[in-house]
Amino acid sequence: MQQFIDTLILGVSFGAIYALMALALILVWRSTRVVNFAQAGQAVLSTYIGLEIHRLTSSYWIALIVAVIAGGIVGGLVDLLMVRPLSRHSGTGPEAAVAPVIGTLGLLAIVQGVVGIFWGGEFRKYPAAFSTDAISIGGSRIPFSPFDIFIVAIVLAVMVAFGFIFQRTGLGLAMRAAAFGSEVAQLAGVRTGRVRTVGWSFAGSAGALAGVLITPNVFLAPNSLDLLLVFGFTAAVIGGLESMVGGALGGLALGLGLAIVLQYLGSSFTFMAAFVVLIVVLLVRPQGLLGKKGARRA
Amino acid sequence: MLKLIPRPLRTLIVIALLAVVFILLADRVDEYRVYQGATIAAYVVAIISIVLLTGYSGQVSLGHGALMAVGGYSAALVVQNLHWPLWISFFVAVLGAAAVGAILGIAAARLSGPYLAGTTLAFAVGLPSIANRFTALGGEQGIGYDVGLPPARFGDSFTQYKWLFWICAAATLVAVGVAIHISRSRYGRIWRAVRADETAAALAGINVARSKVLVFTISAGFAGLAGALFSTTVFLVAPASFSLGLSFLILTGAVIGGVRSIYGAIIGAFVLIIIPIIAETLSSGASESVATNLPAVITGALLVLTVLLSPGGTAATFEHLTKAIRGKVRH
Amino acid sequence: MLRIDSLTTDHGQVRAVDHVSFDVEVGSCTAVIGANGAGKSSLLRTLSGLVKSSSGSAHWGDIDLLKLPTSEIVRHGVAHVPEGRSVIAELSVEENLTLGALWRGKDPDVAVTKSEVLDLFPRLGERLKQGADSLSGGERQMLAIGRALMARPKLLLLDEPSLGLAPIVIEQIFHTIDTMRKATGLTVVLVEQNAVSALGIANHAIVLSLGKIVVSGSASDIASDESLRHAYLGY
Repeated sequence: MQQFIDTLILGVSFGAIYALMALALILVWRSTRVVNFAQAGQAVLSTYIGLEIHRLTSSYWIALIVAVIAGGIVGGLVDLLMVRPLSRHSGTGPEAAVAPVIGTLGLLAIVQGVVGIFWGGEFRKYPAAFSTDAISIGGSRIPFSPFDIFIVAIVLAVMVAFGFIFQRTGLGLAMRAAAFGSEVAQLAGVRTGRVRTVGWSFAGSAGALAGVLITPNVFLAPNSLDLLLVFGFTAAVIGGLESMVGGALGGLALGLGLAIVLQYLGSSFTFMAAFVVLIVVLLVRPQGLLGKKGARRA
Repeated sequence: MLKLIPRPLRTLIVIALLAVVFILLADRVDEYRVYQGATIAAYVVAIISIVLLTGYSGQVSLGHGALMAVGGYSAALVVQNLHWPLWISFFVAVLGAAAVGAILGIAAARLSGPYLAGTTLAFAVGLPSIANRFTALGGEQGIGYDVGLPPARFGDSFTQYKWLFWICAAATLVAVGVAIHISRSRYGRIWRAVRADETAAALAGINVARSKVLVFTISAGFAGLAGALFSTTVFLVAPASFSLGLSFLILTGAVIGGVRSIYGAIIGAFVLIIIPIIAETLSSGASESVATNLPAVITGALLVLTVLLSPGGTAATFEHLTKAIRGKVRH
Repeated sequence: MLRIDSLTTDHGQVRAVDHVSFDVEVGSCTAVIGANGAGKSSLLRTLSGLVKSSSGSAHWGDIDLLKLPTSEIVRHGVAHVPEGRSVIAELSVEENLTLGALWRGKDPDVAVTKSEVLDLFPRLGERLKQGADSLSGGERQMLAIGRALMARPKLLLLDEPSLGLAPIVIEQIFHTIDTMRKATGLTVVLVEQNAVSALGIANHAIVLSLGKIVVSGSASDIASDESLRHAYLGY
């Protein structure tokens, strides 16, 4: 029993990071109807930038802030330079349906290749803000480190901040309006193109943060965040892909589930587990845990 | 004149002519080119599997590299353990991958665009790690799988690579013929109808879901054959051969060639062979990290440029050009 | 004054609006009537930049409507309520209204506009916190008009406000539009299939058929011309 609880605790901080990646994918999906596969590459790029800043300043915090800002800038640029021109000549037929998928995949390859050219392919360590050693309370070890606490806290803070922006500010209202009713939003004077780019920027920052938070526990290489992308996508789908709250819960559920798989079946199965979860969710409850029916095929 | 010959026969004649050209070519170029020819043949089949799926039903799979792995492993296992002959192992590859493809296809029929892409992405990421896990599958080292020595009656000058090329080219020609036949059959028409407008197709009495499962299954079968052929060119089946990069690579070939065109698959396969050559030329003298990463950058750039500039791929561009030229001639 | 000259819009091969010319005086109401598919909606959608025109011109005062993107047109005093009770179902009633005045930023008069709109449609005031998807058809139409009015437009383009509503609700909405126009000097272009109701509150009317103007004149003349009614209006 104790072991099972330890396993669940182990899953919480990973779950929080998956939730963050899910948030990045959901933000883009809601505004653009594109699943941004390049997000894995964007996050890797910003994490390397963070690593570089850390080397220069030896400050974790400056590195973190620069990485998050860089992620935001890159996210906005991706929308401006690729996604916008792509959606402009939206035709019909199979090419139009696959163009955004192909485009973001192509970008993923470019970004990972460029990162590899600049920083090489060897695995690197990214520093953690706090100790990654397990805490012990009253003599018993809990598999949860000060850094894990930091991860959960910062992810919660980000979620609350996004919640505030979306529910309480004019920008958030414009973003929701542009996502759910683009034509009405335009008629109401919302500059939907700009709003969308802001959404891509937010997503880029969220993805960058996810990258910086997960790398101390794994490692950094040009394609090391592919798995984070897959897990983030799975978390987003569990939550219904439209709902940010759903994505957060999906991330947590996936983190716990994968921790259990890791503990009892071994690491080889965690990758396949994401696939199985995706298939099961999509077949049994395609609208996700919180999604509404009939919103799935768009 | 040519129109007097019935269409299936014409296809057969074209394929037979291609076979003759290949045999003559293989005798005239050097060993390395012959080897590349075998790789191109494997790529052609892999890209056709994408063309059938994406071009004929509008579904996107990022998991076909993993389906190739299923084919490769199925084939290698029956050769290694049961000592079945090579050509039967090709059929086993087709059936094995098609069986997995059918399961994926049932899920795929209910998914569209990004959902399918994401799910098959998870499949592609997950599968190689399973192969790593089981000793029967050879772990990271994989299992040996090759075409064997050429028959003695071909003489001493008939090299191993030439034999490899003959086998891959023959299998590919058969696969191309089958793919063309399928695309012209009733099923091809049904798939195109579904691709054009699902609702209209359903109203016309087509079982859309069943048609999607079928196309995914057949596409997976082609991927399985491609996996077996691809494995013969590297003489083994190992998890590392079927990385996510392979899924992307064949998708690139399909997109560049044009996802609607089976002939485009041939263009795409050549491009895939040329990319590393270009990268090598460009990065000569540069550092090692440039050399290893340049192919990925070029691949990605080609993908992005293709969807931005010529969404129909090169085959469609050629089609437009020839139409434009013909139009001018007629007027 | 709204000045439309030889305006033409194509949807692919189909000419939806065919060399349409008419003027609308400031403070007046012009009804655009005609059968389904006559090009009425396309006309309004061209004016608000949702579809691109092929040729011709459209000016509101000295503003060239065809040059502006959709999101800018409302900033120049032109609000468009598209067909089909166009509210955003995922937002609350209040958020839909706020959206209409979002571009006005921190303008203190927004609160005034809001209370004016709620006076006009008291039902919305009772449902401010509800989701827009919980509203009835008539309430949605009121919300769509209310959202447009939040921009304090000088010119209101209304597309089929009566579509799918019960007669009593239609009457209520048309009455509100009419009193509002008379009270504020708003200029209204009202696209309608429901010719009787539209002609009842309009000063002028044009009849569209297959994208072309077939008749134009004062609303009362057109309403009383029996042969015209039979030919184009179907009653």
